[in-house]
Amino acid sequence: MKMKTRRRWFLLFCLLPGLLLLTLFKLYPTVEVFQKSFYLWTGIGDEPKWVGFQNFIDLFHDDVFLLSLRNTGFLMLVVPVLTLFIALINASILTRSKLKERGLYRTLFFFPSILSFVVIAILWSFIYHPTIGFLNSGLDFIGLSSWALPWLGDERTVLWALAITMIWQAVGYYMVMYMAGIDSISPDLYEAAGIDGATPIQQFIHITIPMLWEIIRITIIFSINGVLTISFIIVSIMTGGGPNRHSEVIMTYLYSQAFSNSNFGYAMAIGVFVFVMSFLLAILSNRLTRREAS
Amino acid sequence: MSMTANFESGSTKPKVSVSKTPLRWVGHIVLRIFLIIQALIVVYPLIWNVLASFKTNTEVMESPWSLPKTLNWENYVNAFTTARIGDYMLNSVLVVAMSMVILLAVALPTAYALGRMQFRGRGLITNLYMAGLFIGGAYIIVPLFILMNNLHMLDNRFWLSAVYATGSLSFSVYLMIGFMKSIPQDFEEAALIDGAGYMNILFRIILPITRPAIVTLVVFGFFDFWNEYVLALTLVTSDEKKTIPIGLANLMQIQQYATDWGSLFAGLVIVLIPTVIVYALLQKRLTEGMMMGGVKG
Repeated sequence: MKMKTRRRWFLLFCLLPGLLLLTLFKLYPTVEVFQKSFYLWTGIGDEPKWVGFQNFIDLFHDDVFLLSLRNTGFLMLVVPVLTLFIALINASILTRSKLKERGLYRTLFFFPSILSFVVIAILWSFIYHPTIGFLNSGLDFIGLSSWALPWLGDERTVLWALAITMIWQAVGYYMVMYMAGIDSISPDLYEAAGIDGATPIQQFIHITIPMLWEIIRITIIFSINGVLTISFIIVSIMTGGGPNRHSEVIMTYLYSQAFSNSNFGYAMAIGVFVFVMSFLLAILSNRLTRREAS
Repeated sequence: MSMTANFESGSTKPKVSVSKTPLRWVGHIVLRIFLIIQALIVVYPLIWNVLASFKTNTEVMESPWSLPKTLNWENYVNAFTTARIGDYMLNSVLVVAMSMVILLAVALPTAYALGRMQFRGRGLITNLYMAGLFIGGAYIIVPLFILMNNLHMLDNRFWLSAVYATGSLSFSVYLMIGFMKSIPQDFEEAALIDGAGYMNILFRIILPITRPAIVTLVVFGFFDFWNEYVLALTLVTSDEKKTIPIGLANLMQIQQYATDWGSLFAGLVIVLIPTVIVYALLQKRLTEGMMMGGVKG
């Protein structure tokens, strides 16, 4: 009897603090964002007013929102595809090849993944800087001055410039995940393929990619979601959504609607949209990448 | 030096299959060029940043590729005095430490209960934490802000830390449950027979065994908390409580108009130093932890 109450108190001690934190700072805000997205709400002191689906209808007549949706879509396509592709190749080289210095490369390539996004955003602002940036002065140096552009200030290049920054940051992270996967593939498979005369590239396509497919599927979802969050920091520091809103992304728009325009209800409708969209994207990419049962 | 040595060994080693040797040799050179180019792309911006932090403003403007003429420590002095990087850094250290304490104090007992004890509702609570892995993120920032405003938790470093800890909680619990489950049940049974209480078992037996996993959590936590931006931007309003990423972002805004690049670069280097030190010391732990997540997740 005494044992039982002691056990009960101990369980309470273990579980209660975590459940309180989780409920307060995660579950409650999630419920709240869904509920309040149906309200018109302009500020802290203001009473929220029920407007039904009006916020969501407004979204699709809001040109800035649609532009930010398009920009986000571009980044969510380009960044994961290129990041995961480069990461896969790097992981493959750094596990399969016999290069002696591969440990050094592992360490180096992973390093950007642990840097603060703020540091990365500031650094890359200077890479793209029109006058003192080393991209333009590098072009100058090799005699291609005419190629120099204000990379972040030009509507045609700004999204690519941001995408490359995000790829630079993320490649190492996914590389490490893939290296773990490749390490767990049986070496016999590669050996047998080698004896049959398969080149390293053939081995990559016919052994590495199929064997890693489950991990690749997870990382696709990870990296699509990553773009949503990271694009906020990168964009708000590097371009502020400019030039002329051409790098506005959903999260920067959500943030400015809430904290600059005091449009809390509307911002939460954007939040719900993002939530639902990332959920659907996860399901969709899960479906599209599912292999036939073998 | 070591690079050339490797080239030699790479070219002389595969003597077994003579026909393949030249092909492999060319292949290795191509691979090495590919890796060296990438390494430069990764490292050069960082080296450039360190160099720029020692340059005067005119030197930065004149040629971004040149070396600084003299080591201009003034930028670092400015970063600490006028840009107050030191104050922001102190805030960051405080917030990181508090977040870590809260995270460990909450995550470890939770993982112990969920991973090693049988009770009603265990599955439900485990699922709740797993759901927490997927919910959250920046789209709950608005309701979180309003909630904390109503509860007078804004502009408070302790509550900021509590939010940080909650953000890492799901992942940490998930990682620790895996570790806790791998410990044989005999340990507890023996201790229970000896009359040890639950607290004793948790703190004297289980936690020492899981120390490697705890170190992994601390390393991940350090990078997460030290680098966090969005929450600190939103939940801290007064300048003297801001963390270092916010301080740097502010500095960036100011320097765009003031064009005093030097102290901004110095600020970046100051932020990088702890990151580099922690990475150098604990790199293995970090990548091992990630690999566990990658394989299981």
